[in-house]
Amino acid sequence: MENVYLTIVLAPLFGAIVAGLFGKQIGRSGAHWITIIGVAISFVMSVIVFKDVIFDGAAVYNQAVYTWMVSDGIRFEVGFLIDQLTAVMLLVVTFVSLMVHIYTIGYMKDDPGYQRFFCYISLFTFSMLMLVMSNNFMQLFFGWEAVGLVSYLLIGFWYKRETAIYANLKAFLVNRVGDFGFILAIAAVLMYFNSLDYQDVFDAAPALAGLTMEIIPGVEWSLMTVIGILLFIGAMGKSAQVPLHVWLPDSMEGPTPISALIHAATMVTAGIFMVARMSPIYELTETALSFILIIGAITALFMGMLGIIQNDIKRVIAYSTLSQLGYMTVALGVSAYAAGIFHLLTHAAFKALLFLAAGSVIIAMHHEQDIRKMGGLKKYMPITYWCMLIGSLALIGFPGLSGFFSKDAIIEAVHASQIPGAGFAYFAVVLGVFITAFYSFRMFFLVFHGQERMDEHTRSHLHESPRVVTWPLLALAVPSVLAGAYFIEPMLFAGMFGDAIYVKPEHDVLAQLGERYNGIWGFIVHGVMAPPFLLAMAGLATAAFFYLKRPDIPAMIKDRFSLVYKVLENNYGFDAFNDSFFAGGSRKLGRLLSNVGDAKLIDGLIVNGTAKSVGWISSKIRFVQTGYLYHYAFAMIVGLLALISLAVGF
Amino acid sequence: MLADLPLLSLVIWTPIIGGLLVLFFSKDEQAPLARVIALAVSVLTFLLTIPLWTGFDKSTYQMQFVEYASWIPAFNINYHLGVDGISMPLILLTAFSTVLVVIAGWEVIKYKAAQYLSAFLIMDGLMIGVFSALDSILFYVLWEAMLIPMFLIIGIWGGERRVYATIKFFLYTFLGSVFMLVALIYMYTQSGSFGILDMQNMPLGMTEQILIFLAFLIAFAVKVPMWPVHTWLPDAHVEAPTGGSVILAAIMLKMGTYGFVRFSLPITPDASQQLDWLMIVLSLIAVVYIAFVALVQKDMKKLIAYSSISHMGFVTLGFFMIFAIYANTGSTQGMGMAIEGALVQMISHGFISGAMFLCVGVMYDRMHSRQIADYGGVANTMPIFASFMVLFAMANAGLPGTSGFVGEFMVILAAFKANFWIAFLAATTLIFGAAYTLWMVKRVIFGEVANDKVAALKDVNRREFFILGVLAVAVLALGLWPAPLLDVMHATVDHLIEQVMHSKL
Repeated sequence: MENVYLTIVLAPLFGAIVAGLFGKQIGRSGAHWITIIGVAISFVMSVIVFKDVIFDGAAVYNQAVYTWMVSDGIRFEVGFLIDQLTAVMLLVVTFVSLMVHIYTIGYMKDDPGYQRFFCYISLFTFSMLMLVMSNNFMQLFFGWEAVGLVSYLLIGFWYKRETAIYANLKAFLVNRVGDFGFILAIAAVLMYFNSLDYQDVFDAAPALAGLTMEIIPGVEWSLMTVIGILLFIGAMGKSAQVPLHVWLPDSMEGPTPISALIHAATMVTAGIFMVARMSPIYELTETALSFILIIGAITALFMGMLGIIQNDIKRVIAYSTLSQLGYMTVALGVSAYAAGIFHLLTHAAFKALLFLAAGSVIIAMHHEQDIRKMGGLKKYMPITYWCMLIGSLALIGFPGLSGFFSKDAIIEAVHASQIPGAGFAYFAVVLGVFITAFYSFRMFFLVFHGQERMDEHTRSHLHESPRVVTWPLLALAVPSVLAGAYFIEPMLFAGMFGDAIYVKPEHDVLAQLGERYNGIWGFIVHGVMAPPFLLAMAGLATAAFFYLKRPDIPAMIKDRFSLVYKVLENNYGFDAFNDSFFAGGSRKLGRLLSNVGDAKLIDGLIVNGTAKSVGWISSKIRFVQTGYLYHYAFAMIVGLLALISLAVGF
Repeated sequence: MLADLPLLSLVIWTPIIGGLLVLFFSKDEQAPLARVIALAVSVLTFLLTIPLWTGFDKSTYQMQFVEYASWIPAFNINYHLGVDGISMPLILLTAFSTVLVVIAGWEVIKYKAAQYLSAFLIMDGLMIGVFSALDSILFYVLWEAMLIPMFLIIGIWGGERRVYATIKFFLYTFLGSVFMLVALIYMYTQSGSFGILDMQNMPLGMTEQILIFLAFLIAFAVKVPMWPVHTWLPDAHVEAPTGGSVILAAIMLKMGTYGFVRFSLPITPDASQQLDWLMIVLSLIAVVYIAFVALVQKDMKKLIAYSSISHMGFVTLGFFMIFAIYANTGSTQGMGMAIEGALVQMISHGFISGAMFLCVGVMYDRMHSRQIADYGGVANTMPIFASFMVLFAMANAGLPGTSGFVGEFMVILAAFKANFWIAFLAATTLIFGAAYTLWMVKRVIFGEVANDKVAALKDVNRREFFILGVLAVAVLALGLWPAPLLDVMHATVDHLIEQVMHSKL
């Protein structure tokens, strides 16, 4: 199987290299063919691996590909770990990536950077696959930073736009803050485990669970808590959890296909994947789990609220992504890792669908993204309309669709959990359901229903997008509907993940849910009677009432609660704070150190000061050298006398 | 057969003699010929260094390719050469960089081209000599001699404030080295030998060690440069021609850190241990303080110069935190990674800083400005160049997969064993390194075309493409597979740790 695994990663890499270096020679169609074929091969192989691991129960594969380096007797290797968790991620990544590759042909049709774009998304696919297939922390970090690099390149793809190159720098730096925690976690792992190999670390972890370390003298911290929180800081950067979420909304400056692929379906879920992968460590530290839970709950609730006031179609979906990532993080916090991955999977399908459908709308609207200038698009773009409807219903957890199963499982899991913070988290995720439904259908109604608010020119050109765009939509609509019902039982209750995810018996909330679980229909019936469903329907109805029946109400509310609106519009002040405190503060400190420290003190006072004083002293001493013989003779005699008296004295 | 040749002498004297030869073609109309000869000599020198790698015995820490001849018998000064796993890669890096510098100056340097090339070739030989000298007086002579060509390069082919920069550069470094000479002579009076290996083995009391350590520190810290004796570097870089900056950053800075591993650590192990806190503090100041200073620079060369100081902080940190690792964990585990990480950082920084200065040079040759504010949107008119620049910038920011990651990663991993806060401060480079480098890239490379001059830019020519391409390959190769470089070092580093752990008291 090793060749299959190698093919999975190398096929997209090959496509990326050819499209990147020889884009001119192979032309536009050459570039999209070679990368699409590469990713398609990867996808087919991933399906084979999925079947092999999940259905045929193949043994876990854990082998090195090559030794990156040896130092201090520790081998740093590049290698693959192929277990159930990897198999699921492979399927998600390659499927969404393939759909996005095909969609890009239509979306980027007229862009001069066509080949470059295909190079980047294939390179992204490679990096993401290396990340999920890794069998050690170092390669995880490689993949982690590599997807960050490609994300940087793609957010700034239209590098002439000032907003785009601001956003990509911001994204990279905020992610680096997360990576800063991550690398310290890796260092801690190496120090205490003497290995960076997952298996070694997971095997040794229980024995080291009692260890403590002193970061601040006198305060003992559990080692696992330190490692767990530091690792999670990395996840907070990549998976955009508060307060490191600030880069994700701005990342919408990138072309829409990558918003779907990177900033919704795959890269931003890397943090979720990572924590699930590290479950043997997190199970040993309730403090870290509580920390994760609370951060996730805050993200789920408060980022969703921001979705309500956005007017850019992509930004609405971006805030929805933040909120949904919060849901996944909450699942991790209550040790329902499988539910987190389950939501990751369904979310990848319906969120990619939503983004690509939004992209289809954007094409039709000639790159107008303001939903206030849309309306009534239903009759012009029926396929996009239905796909968007499916995506939105899946997102709000409409019974039977994929999001319903995964989100309900998370809410139930939080409800069952005893871990500190679970009460608050339950409140946040339940309230979040109403908000999700509200902002999703606000956008939906404003775009597809009601008055046609676009200008005449745009209206006359409105039409459904070409088939390279609509087919991927349809292909993503299928799992958006079915994936939930299909996967809920094996993933959550039948132990599909095997030993890939470890949960301590006393944390195992999914097992509690499993006892009550009596089939898909039972789950649906139970769900329809529970508060989350009613809240979702209430949200939908409110959106319908506000934006279809009485469009004057939202404006009134906006006026009445202008302060709240301001707070939301300014992203709770995060951006302003970061800009003035971190960015501005660093520049100020830099100028201070440069102008005062280097220029005034070191150079001015010491270096040039020494030079000046040498000059000054010599300018005085110069007068001693008069050139008169009798002056010199006099000096010599004085000196001689002094020496003689010294010699006599001793 | 190759092994029988005095390889080290060949790689030292070939460029020096070649450099003198080039001087015979110093008329303006002979410049093309001078260039060809200089290129041939530099390539030949580089080819001659390859057997040093292929014939290197990785299993021993003993000096290899040793040459020994009496030089000044009256003072027991000898022409003693040899390399180990620390110096051998540096020699290859030196010869490699010189080839690139010769090509980089090809049609750019029109004024006294022969003298320019000659200076670089002679410096090539002298620098290789510094890395292979096993006699401290030979080392010292070459160390000082090396200043002369660099002094001329900045002083003759430099920018507007070149006189200030050269004098600052010369006085700073010269002043530093004098202390080293005093220390060397003292040790000679005690042991009767100027041999570096003899000095490593001679017993020394604590006070002696501390004084010797401080004397070395002044000499080497200026060269690295370490905070607070670093202010000559930005000035020297800004005024130096591109080639001078490349050699300065890629090789000459490594002389200082090389001195620490060749002299300070093995000759004065107890003093090193005693004063390791000082070295760690200075290194961390370099990493953090200088990163902030780099952030606000308006001149690209200055920014890269400060970035160099910050990155060299990792080298000195790696060397001197080994004692803290031992003190904290009670084990030598981790010391090897610290030192090897620092050594890898030296090589990697040679590639990356060289590449960054060449990138600025490519732009300077077209625009005659180094000011960030004069640029903007270069990617529009120079897309190939922009790709290279972004790659090297990412390497400078320590992206995994590039060489810039390897050394920093190893040093941070090892630092955690010394102290959480050392690792914490060192790891801030992940954020600050990315901030100053990518902010510069944003303002220079990306955006709308800023002005007519940028609009008129032409992308890299074949010569420039070749230089940047070779460096890109080197940066990626070392980043994706550092194992071969590390394998060369293991035996030497293990021996160094043994020496350091063995108290002389």
